[in-house]
Amino acid sequence: MPYVEMPKLSDTMTEGTVVKWRKAVGEPVGIGDVIAEIETDKAVMELEAFDDGTLKEIYVSEGSKARIGEKLALLLAAGESVPRNDGEAVKSGKAGLAAASSSQPTSPPVKVGKASAPISSNRVKASPLAKKIAGAKGVDLGLIRGSGPGGRIVARDVESTAAIPASRPITAIPIIPAGPGDRRILLGGVRKIIAERLLASKTQIPHFYLNIEVDAGELVRLRSQLNEHLEKSGQGKLTFNDFILKAAVAAATKIPRVNASFAGDAVIEYGNIHLSVAVAIEDGLVTPVIRQAQKKSLREISEAVKDLATRARTKKLKPEEYQGGTITVSNLGSYGIDSFSAVINPPQAVILSVGAILKKPVLNAQDQIVPGHRLAIGLSADHRVVDGAIGAQYLAELRTLLENPAALLL
Amino acid sequence: MNYDLIVIGGGPAGYVSAIRAAQLGKRVACVEKERAGGTCLNWGCIPTKSLLRNAELFHLMKHREGEFGFGFDNLRYDWSKIIKRSRDVADKNAAGIEHLFKKNKVDYVRGEASLVGPGVVAVKGADGKTQKLEATKILIATGVVSRPLPGLPFNGKAVIGSREAMILEKQPKDIIIIGAGAIGVEFAYFFNAFGTKVTLVEMLPNILPLEDTEVSQTLEKAFVKQGINVLAGTKVVKAEASAQSVRVSVEGKKSETLEAEVCLVAIGVQPLLPAGLSLQLTPRNFIQTTDRYQTSVPEVFAAGDIIGPPLLAHVASYEAIQAVEGMFTNHVPKRINIFPSCTYCQPQVASVGLSERAAKVQGLKYRVGKFPFTASGKARAAGEVDGFVKLLFGERYGELLGAHIIGAEATEMIAELGLALTLEATHEEIEATIHAHPTLSEAVHEATGQAFGAAIHL
Repeated sequence: MPYVEMPKLSDTMTEGTVVKWRKAVGEPVGIGDVIAEIETDKAVMELEAFDDGTLKEIYVSEGSKARIGEKLALLLAAGESVPRNDGEAVKSGKAGLAAASSSQPTSPPVKVGKASAPISSNRVKASPLAKKIAGAKGVDLGLIRGSGPGGRIVARDVESTAAIPASRPITAIPIIPAGPGDRRILLGGVRKIIAERLLASKTQIPHFYLNIEVDAGELVRLRSQLNEHLEKSGQGKLTFNDFILKAAVAAATKIPRVNASFAGDAVIEYGNIHLSVAVAIEDGLVTPVIRQAQKKSLREISEAVKDLATRARTKKLKPEEYQGGTITVSNLGSYGIDSFSAVINPPQAVILSVGAILKKPVLNAQDQIVPGHRLAIGLSADHRVVDGAIGAQYLAELRTLLENPAALLL
Repeated sequence: MNYDLIVIGGGPAGYVSAIRAAQLGKRVACVEKERAGGTCLNWGCIPTKSLLRNAELFHLMKHREGEFGFGFDNLRYDWSKIIKRSRDVADKNAAGIEHLFKKNKVDYVRGEASLVGPGVVAVKGADGKTQKLEATKILIATGVVSRPLPGLPFNGKAVIGSREAMILEKQPKDIIIIGAGAIGVEFAYFFNAFGTKVTLVEMLPNILPLEDTEVSQTLEKAFVKQGINVLAGTKVVKAEASAQSVRVSVEGKKSETLEAEVCLVAIGVQPLLPAGLSLQLTPRNFIQTTDRYQTSVPEVFAAGDIIGPPLLAHVASYEAIQAVEGMFTNHVPKRINIFPSCTYCQPQVASVGLSERAAKVQGLKYRVGKFPFTASGKARAAGEVDGFVKLLFGERYGELLGAHIIGAEATEMIAELGLALTLEATHEEIEATIHAHPTLSEAVHEATGQAFGAAIHL
């Protein structure tokens, strides 16, 4: 296949940005050579050549976007010439890239319907009732995608379409247009995904919030003791977050209901705990996943999170490394935040919001005011999956573990 | 031997799912402890329709000979042949299912199945030997059995369920039928047609309590005219049985003690759960399933009566196909939404969609169209003027909401209205459809017109 097309590099990807061309026009290319770097909605990934040949033309310049399946470049094998008929050339393409680009670009459903059922012709497939409701509510049937057999528009399609404008916050919130002196920053892939997913989370998931403050005195003592030892033996230090992640996982094994998802007609409690860890990156936030975290020791979790965070910041994560998490921990302690309530990372059921360990006066068992270390932890939970009592049990487990952190070393 | 699917139960859910899965190229076994076809074909829908056909013919000849100009000097019937015809019909149908199994290469395993674990089914054969079958997926379609009245256990002779009622060796002189759902009502018509003295007891205010109230009341009047003692709104307070007779004390409009040779208990059914793995159940002990017909155990599915009401053969088969296509194709299974209900006494009762009661409860604005068969030429010609067609339409858009028919051939007429509901038809499409003359179905057209002030023959 002479053309290099924009492949689909993640589930949610609809378009990609060519960050950098690694090969220049006229350069020879071998199978597997990296020819470009593509930024998807999630990460920057390398685009490899599927054929030997010479890069003849580049259609998409660095920094520009292309939809999935769009031609990026012309790669001709020795003796091959530019095909006369583009359509045929694409059809006879090799499986590799053809498969990767098979997905249609997605657009809002109303527009897809428009394309397949033109308004001008009177042949919109719709039930008699759907037609009547559309007439009464002034809904254009040509703009609706039918959910009935063969795309037939049925009553509920019209009713749900008619209901949209009233409940759509996008149209409800007026925008102050950018004027002189303002900056208009177009959304990058990561930003766009954050906007979509967190809007969906906050509007579709019934959140509730629980908060506790944990005595972190023992945790502070244990960590400094361990780190002193680790430093002497030349090993990497453990962070407070490592302990918190380990405790979050250990507590979830005791209360499996928090490691779950709402699935429409069921709740799925996952057998493995795939721990998502929120990591701030340059223009947003990613949540790489520590797989089967319940099988990992404190040290293994510490190493995994270090590696994932480093690669997240340089956008070197593979899609499978930030997908499929079942529970999330977000820690803003190092940013000086005392406590907060995070938005659930859908489709998960809970997220932990971890604040800074603060030195403050506390009452000891003898009711004396003494200096202490306190750690605020918040739990945001999907009420369809987790009730208050379950959330409380989970936080109680977490408290026990963090106040007796030696257990986390086992 | 590793199957893609083992189906437990060979009734309208079980055999249909087995055949559908086989058609999709899957290796399938269907385990049945009695005979393929299940309750429907062996002990329900089909054999009772045979009995009711006999009853209709005899009733016509016995009670309407003058009207039709017949004359019989010695009109007789042979009870054992009536029963045998019914059994022959069931036998032929069951053999048909076994043939379909062979044709579709479904392994038909006779025996009682239990769920040993996910993917493993143990089958105990008639010889007492147990074999283990393994499959990727299992579908439970074990159905239901008659539920006894508390304090009046079945004894096979005087206290019986529907299964025994259809093979009584001797016609009973009198019978008390407790429960006036479809089963109770059909047997009441059957026994009464042959001259058994029938008392039909129903706790709720109307017989066929799930049907539209007006339909129930019309049926009650017809039954009383036929000579059935109908005691609706009547509760059984005490019952005792011997092998020869049953005494039942009831409280209703009046309190009395009934006595009869036989008591048919048709108050409902109970699920027939397979032994082994325990599954999450509904509050009424049916198997809890998701929209994809999955049970609480992974890769174990259930369909048909065992997952709860509506307990109808055509619903079970629909669920079975949905479940299987959900398992093996990209199809997103649907749950039952619009389904017809039919009762085959005379006059027949059939309905689909909302009853007027339900429309009121839902607070819908609706209008009613009604057409009595007395105004239908075809009904007059056939001598079947009992009953009516009653249709409910939405007030605002005129869409069909529900249809209720009582009368001869009601069960055959309801299909048109099921299609109308599925297609979301409004009164305009029904009115625009030319209904052949003369037919009973013209009443559908007329009832539609009546709702919107356009009936001609009223």
